[in-house]
Amino acid sequence: MQADATPTQASEKNILLSVNNIEVIYDHVILVLKGVSLEVPDGGIIALLGANGAGKTTTLKAISNLLRAERGEVTKGTIHFEGNQVDRLTPNDLVKQGVVQVMEGRHCFEHLTIEDNLLTGAYTRKDGRTAVQNDLEMVYNYFPRLRERRTSQAGYTSGGEQQMCAIGRALMSRPKMILLDEPSMGLAPQLVEEIFEIVKKLNETEGVSFLLAEQNTNVALRYADYGYILENGRVVLDGEAATLRDNEDVKEFYLGVSGAGRKSFRDVKHYKRRKRWLA
Amino acid sequence: MDGTAFEFFSIASGFLGGLFVDPFIAFVDRPDKLIQIVSQGLSAGIMYSLVALGFVVIFKASGVFNFAQGIMVVFAGLTVVSLIEIGVPAIFAILLAIVVMGAMAVAIERVVLRPLVNQPGIILFMATIGLAFFLEGFGQTIFGADPKPVPIDALGIPDDKFRVLGDFFRKPVRIYQLDLTALIAGGLMVAAIILFLNRTKIGRALRAVADDNQAALSVGIPLPFIWVVVWTLSGLVAIFAGVMWGAQSQAGFSLAVIALKALPVLILGGFTSVPGAILGGIIIGVTEKLAEFYWRGVLGDGVEQWIGYVIALIILLFRPQGLFGEKIIERV
Repeated sequence: MQADATPTQASEKNILLSVNNIEVIYDHVILVLKGVSLEVPDGGIIALLGANGAGKTTTLKAISNLLRAERGEVTKGTIHFEGNQVDRLTPNDLVKQGVVQVMEGRHCFEHLTIEDNLLTGAYTRKDGRTAVQNDLEMVYNYFPRLRERRTSQAGYTSGGEQQMCAIGRALMSRPKMILLDEPSMGLAPQLVEEIFEIVKKLNETEGVSFLLAEQNTNVALRYADYGYILENGRVVLDGEAATLRDNEDVKEFYLGVSGAGRKSFRDVKHYKRRKRWLA
Repeated sequence: MDGTAFEFFSIASGFLGGLFVDPFIAFVDRPDKLIQIVSQGLSAGIMYSLVALGFVVIFKASGVFNFAQGIMVVFAGLTVVSLIEIGVPAIFAILLAIVVMGAMAVAIERVVLRPLVNQPGIILFMATIGLAFFLEGFGQTIFGADPKPVPIDALGIPDDKFRVLGDFFRKPVRIYQLDLTALIAGGLMVAAIILFLNRTKIGRALRAVADDNQAALSVGIPLPFIWVVVWTLSGLVAIFAGVMWGAQSQAGFSLAVIALKALPVLILGGFTSVPGAILGGIIIGVTEKLAEFYWRGVLGDGVEQWIGYVIALIILLFRPQGLFGEKIIERV
């Protein structure tokens, strides 16, 4: 090994997506992201963790360019996908390049059937009917439940089925990377495991990279390779998933377990106050 | 018996009789007249349907209630008529009108819809009110304020009438070929629109945008393009409605008030349903004509004007989404 080589993620794998110090302002006044940088290697599952309002969703929307429809704007920093700057593209162009977002709260098309939902996911594709049909078959193989419900209106399916439908719909665009926002929201623990298992399987067999925003730190760190922790619009900690899982502060603040045994509430409060990363 | 009480009874029984007995006696007594009136109602209804259809197409895909639909119908009709007036062959006049409506759709998307993206529906509704007044003024500058007769011959619309069922009744029923043309062509157009919405990729995308435009954006459906498509589509409907409606009387700016007639039709049929617009229009049209003829005595002269709104009000109470509208899916 060369002396000057620092073993970063970049040296190990191709970087698919790199977000470089972005700042996001909503409505010209509300500063939400104060300089977020992160990288997604090709074939990785990267977790974006943090509490409500930390900026996870905003980061994902900044990448997928859905911000502009919400009067938000990336004012500083750059976003590169496969080496090309993508922060000025429309969501339509970005989907064509292979980045698709699954929004928080599923957002299925309620009045369309599950199958029509999936087919809308293939809107940007130009490779013909048979290719789309094959992928529909692939999605049904990953999510057998969707095949059963193919003719039901999506609005009448369960939360878990809607989450599967939303992921399946994203898959139909043949993406290289899926931005997955809060897949566990409102789902039973068993279903959360099921969804994450499928994410893992898609990652391994279809080679899709994932950047997922999660509040459920425990599950996310078990399935992800690498994690970033956001607080108040800044990355405060990042590292290999295993490292993060063992980090005392992560345990204390996000996993709700602590190695030092039971403490008195006074100690905990004091510790947390002392340890807050940001004022 | 007391004189005033007797008077009251006779008025009340006269009123109830006029409401519930006399019309039905008249139905049975003169079935030819009934059929005649129903057929008139049908032809008026088809016209309402065509205007309502333009609303539905835009509302479905963008959730915008397009107040300017009525004036678009006038604008489209006058474009065709004026072009034929200056000597353009009918077929080219219609093709050119399609181009004009397409260009208008692009302009509306650029100038009105794009800057207002993600604003609440009421803001967009206000914008379409502004658009309606602009189009009216702009149209009067171009076409002049006077109504113009539609050159039925040049457009090849038959203008004769059939007399049918003469053997059964005292008088034969008159069926106007103009109405029949509107009915058949309108039916074909609706079938085409339904096929487009349900069987094509863009149609599916259109329904997706109608359901959740954020999600549609996230899967890569380009909203500006979809908006141009729906406004063009409703422009096409407007051309047809403008010409057919104009053929019955004249193409002029007074037709713009028919937009208000489409309102009860939309409430009845449902704002999001293409078949609903058609059936709603027919129901309202037939009811109006029947009311005008049979119930005018008891309900007053203006009954044709307000009966549609009363029906709409009753429907709103029991089925807020209309007869055929998409059910409002709520999870609790």
